[in-house]
Amino acid sequence: MPFYEHTLIARPDLTSQQAQTLGETIAQLVAEQGGKVTKTEYWGLRNLAYRVKKNRKGHYLHFNIDAPAAAITELERTERINEDVLRYLTVRVDKLDDGPSPVMLAKASRDERSRRDREFRGEREPKGERDEPRRDREVREERV
Amino acid sequence: MSEEIEGGEVRGERRRPVEPPNITIRRPFFRRRKASPFAHADAPKIDYKDVKLLQRFISERGKIVPRRITAVTAKEQRALALAIKRARELALLPFVAR
Repeated sequence: MPFYEHTLIARPDLTSQQAQTLGETIAQLVAEQGGKVTKTEYWGLRNLAYRVKKNRKGHYLHFNIDAPAAAITELERTERINEDVLRYLTVRVDKLDDGPSPVMLAKASRDERSRRDREFRGEREPKGERDEPRRDREVREERV
Repeated sequence: MSEEIEGGEVRGERRRPVEPPNITIRRPFFRRRKASPFAHADAPKIDYKDVKLLQRFISERGKIVPRRITAVTAKEQRALALAIKRARELALLPFVAR
C-alpha cells in the first residue's frame, strides 16, 4: 500500500480535545477502509499565514497513513463535507518518517526554553524562605 | 538531462573555489562561488513542514528567492519551490506578506 502524509486544519473554535477526537475519528475511518494511521501529531492551535474561510487561527493535525488509494479518496470526501475541517493536504511519500516532524521539534524546543526561563525566575523569587541556611550567615555564626 | 550529468556539474562547481595560491592579481569582478547550503552531509532535508528552513528561501514579501542569490543547486531549488508551495497551501507560509 502507498504511504501518505495528510495534514488538516480544523476550525479554531474547537477545543484542543475536540480536535484530537477528530483525529481519532479519521484514524478510525482509515482503518475501516483497510488502511492504517501509523502516526498522529497534534501541532496545536497555530496562527495561519493568511485568512482561511475567515479564520486567522486553526488546529493543525498531521497523520502518517499507510492505506490504499480508495481510502484516501473517501477520507478527502468526508473532510470536504465536514465543516470543522477548513483545509487539508495529502502528499504521497516514498517512505514514512516515524520521528517527530520539524513542526513538533520546533514546538518542543520552544516549550523547553520557556520552561527553563520560568524555572530560572522561580529560583530567584523566594529569597527569605530558603530551606538550607545561607552560606555567608553560617560563616558569621561560627565566628561568634 | 540525466542525473549523472547534473551531479557531475555540481561536483565541479564545488571544486572551483580552490584557486592556485600564487595568483597575485585578482580579477576585478570575481566573486567566490558560494557552496550550496544543502551541500554538507548533515544538511537538513527539504520538507514542506519545516517552516523555519523554508523561511530562509523566501523574501520579505513572501516570494521565492532566486537561486543565483541563495546558491542552491537546480535540483534543490526545484525541491524548495515545491515545498514552499505546499507550505503556502497549508497556510504555514504566506502567498504575499503584508
